[in-house]
Amino acid sequence: MTQTPTPTPTAASAQGGPPSLGDGSSNGLVRRSSLTQNTLPSWLWIALLGGSIVLGAALSALLGFNLASFFIFTAAIYILSSYIVTRTRVNRRRATDGLWTNLVYLAFLIALMPLVSVIWSVASVGIPGLLAPGFMASDMQGITGLVDQASQTEGAPVLGGIAHALIGSLLITLAATAISVPIGLLTSIYLVEYARGGLLSRAITFFVDVMTGIPSIVAGLFAGAAMAWFLSVFSGVTGLLTTQRSTLGITAAIALSVLMVPVVVRTTEEMLRVVPNELREASYALGVRKWRTILKVVLPTAISGIASGVTLAIARVIGETAPILVTAGFVVNTNWNLFQGWMTALPVYIFRQFQNPTSPNFSDPSEQRAWAAALVLILIVMGLNLFARLIATLFAPKQTGR
Amino acid sequence: MSKRVDAVDLNVYYGDFLAVEGINISIDARAVTAFIGPSGCGKTTFLRSLNRMHEVLPGARVKGQLLLDGEDIYDPGVDPVTVRTQVGMVFQRPNPFPTMTIRENVLAGYKLNGARLSKSQSEEIVETSLRSANLWNEVKDRLDRPGSGLSGGQQQRLCIARTIAVKPDVILMDEPCSALDPISTLAIEDLIGELQQDYTVIIVTHNMQQAARVSQKTAFFNIAGTGKPGKLIEYNDTTAIFNTPQEKSTEDYVSGRFG
Amino acid sequence: MTSSLTQSDKRGVAGDRVFSALTVSAGVLILLTLAFVALFLTVNSRDAVYQEDQGGWILTAFLDYAYPLVIGTLIASFIALILAAPVAVGVALYISHYAPPRLSKGIGYVIDLLAAIPSVVYGAWGMSFLGPALIPIYGWLHENLGFIPLFAGDPSQTGRTIFTAGVVLGVMILPIITSVCREIFIQTPKLHEEAALALGATRWEMIKMSVFPFARAGIISGIMLGLGRALGETMAVALVLSPGMLTASLISSGNSTIPAEIALGFPEAPPGSERQAQLIAIGLVLFLITLLVNMTARWIVSRHKEFSGAN
Repeated sequence: MTQTPTPTPTAASAQGGPPSLGDGSSNGLVRRSSLTQNTLPSWLWIALLGGSIVLGAALSALLGFNLASFFIFTAAIYILSSYIVTRTRVNRRRATDGLWTNLVYLAFLIALMPLVSVIWSVASVGIPGLLAPGFMASDMQGITGLVDQASQTEGAPVLGGIAHALIGSLLITLAATAISVPIGLLTSIYLVEYARGGLLSRAITFFVDVMTGIPSIVAGLFAGAAMAWFLSVFSGVTGLLTTQRSTLGITAAIALSVLMVPVVVRTTEEMLRVVPNELREASYALGVRKWRTILKVVLPTAISGIASGVTLAIARVIGETAPILVTAGFVVNTNWNLFQGWMTALPVYIFRQFQNPTSPNFSDPSEQRAWAAALVLILIVMGLNLFARLIATLFAPKQTGR
Repeated sequence: MSKRVDAVDLNVYYGDFLAVEGINISIDARAVTAFIGPSGCGKTTFLRSLNRMHEVLPGARVKGQLLLDGEDIYDPGVDPVTVRTQVGMVFQRPNPFPTMTIRENVLAGYKLNGARLSKSQSEEIVETSLRSANLWNEVKDRLDRPGSGLSGGQQQRLCIARTIAVKPDVILMDEPCSALDPISTLAIEDLIGELQQDYTVIIVTHNMQQAARVSQKTAFFNIAGTGKPGKLIEYNDTTAIFNTPQEKSTEDYVSGRFG
Repeated sequence: MTSSLTQSDKRGVAGDRVFSALTVSAGVLILLTLAFVALFLTVNSRDAVYQEDQGGWILTAFLDYAYPLVIGTLIASFIALILAAPVAVGVALYISHYAPPRLSKGIGYVIDLLAAIPSVVYGAWGMSFLGPALIPIYGWLHENLGFIPLFAGDPSQTGRTIFTAGVVLGVMILPIITSVCREIFIQTPKLHEEAALALGATRWEMIKMSVFPFARAGIISGIMLGLGRALGETMAVALVLSPGMLTASLISSGNSTIPAEIALGFPEAPPGSERQAQLIAIGLVLFLITLLVNMTARWIVSRHKEFSGAN
């Protein structure tokens, strides 16, 4: 946490570290010690920090001790005192530099706190829930308020699980991927390989940007409305369709596609643009057609980047709740059919378990299930992220390796 | 398996910009012809128009005729892809396909076009092409390693092997040695000398010694000023261009007083 | 004379045509989809502003319904932005210029993971952990600063207030802003930085002289991107906030945001009803607001580009 200024200028420039020749104007160049005269001993910072902790604890105790106020007081006292010390012992520029260094470190610590807190809260309740019997394998059919009540009052195990939600999430996300990857891939191929700066390509680029900003709930509203319209027209034409309700798994998949397509277009476009033109020319010069060049030279060269981009896009939409909530609804039993009936996705399951506990008077079992489901969801998303990184590094073509 | 190339009143445009103007040249089969000239004089543009590679850039077009053994490659019915199977090209920087092994790189012309080859056929193509490119002995034990793992000079010879493998009539080379060290350059120059027995070789180079070493004929291109089109100034036997140039600007250029 | 050049495989030519047509139609499909989004939202929200049996246009009724939600959305987003932006820039600086090189890669990855945590998890965290933790602070603020309208009103006993929602949103957009800023900071030309250091600048002066001028447009666009995310974020708010009437107090329950209103109301709204039209209509309003924010960001970036030193 404390910075110990190193007096070697080389280290400073190489690491972007603090230049130690803070105020050269007043130094005689002859005396060697002039290089170190502007640095303060490192024990000073430890002493200051220790003092701040003690003082912070004391001040916080005055207001009724809690961790937050302790942290705030300690940080404030340490930052202020080190500024004053540097300001009086060295000079203003160094003091400002140190002040900002401390603030940057503080920002980092502040950012870490919610992360640690989120992971702690998910893990502490989620892990026991995850270990409950049949959590991954069963759905919520037959889990009524009475069952939950029994688990609280009679010591029975918490029953019910997320099998239906996992299956729903999997199906909906797969369908969304199947819709958006071809569209996104082909569009970016058009933008990079075929478009020559015409009106269409500029319109697509612009509107893909617009699409990136569509709030997820709006995407859900659109998919629901579009599906309702499509179903009414379709059943009007054929007279065959019986389901008029647009609440289907596939509607959710369409909503997610609206969110996914712009991400896929953007990442793929970036990856295709990085493919050196020389490779395309080499292929053309061998008498290879453009579409074969794109499919067999350009795409394979960019495939690792594209795959990791697609994986990240999947990771993003698999955690979406709102668009699925308004398009696919939620049920307690497993539904394998994207085209018939309501469907539960994992994020919606979490939301419903929190918002409407199965047993309103005994919400603990519901919350335990919700946290465990949240843990599963986080693990899935993190796994996808890791996987994306893995493909990006493992399958990256060796451009210059000898 | 080798064709002559004739340009008749050839103009090359990029959009409205006239890049190369009024080229008339007859390039012999089974010989090495060098294009020399200062930067931006249009020699690379003209070279790329010989297999319609310049069309890859938007707005590029050509007026005039370019005859490959008497057939105009700019005839309306001609597919540029067919032209490129007959006129191969080697680029400034070695560019083997990074996703392919050495073997696949040599066979790229077939594989990318979806051709099916029997194992013996492909073995034969790989070996003859690599032998013709003087690379066989260096890579025969590691044909299944990535092509990008070779040295720069080896990569460039791999690219030449890849070009030979599809059996073109003409091979275009766009400053093939400019990214290579002197020893690799020597290897490529030796190879060019051998290739002329079977192919029409046209090479663009900035290195006049190289032009003198490898070519039988030399064409000197020049440009009057920025924004003006490049023109063919003089075309003759290489010895004549370097020893008894007819034009003042050729003499200035080859004697190092210019450019 | 039949030329060898005019022979070409018909299938190959067709392949080229089919493939390029495919790519164009994919692009056009995206444009059509977006047009459909606009069209459907507009058509379906008609009932919210026009009802035959209520005497035609009922625009004022809709506005009365919509404006508290718009203001609530903006309040939550701005709380998020004020909290997150400085911290995010600081963290990005830490990663790019302060952390030891070996550590910074790992930290960058941790930040990316923070961005990947689904919003519903943040909502649950805000509801069950952050909210209760903030209750004493709300009490203290009310006791000591109650004269300010922002802290007037009865402090919430569950912690489920618009301020808590804003903090959760801030935590959510923090990694987004951080990763945009970090990308830009890393791209600062090393030459500029070394030039500043060689002149005897301290690290902070170097950052002020060479990094910030270079990164200004990037920082702004990162912040705007975060704002866009905060405006449209649904679940975190829907879980954290116990919605209610519009109130100036940040620490008592009340207020709501557009996405939360839609998420809570839509599953209960009968299809084709006026209520559903109303929800779709405010969805359209939300869409327009985020569009405005994104366009502004783009405009700022394009305006600053020529001064950023990026060229």
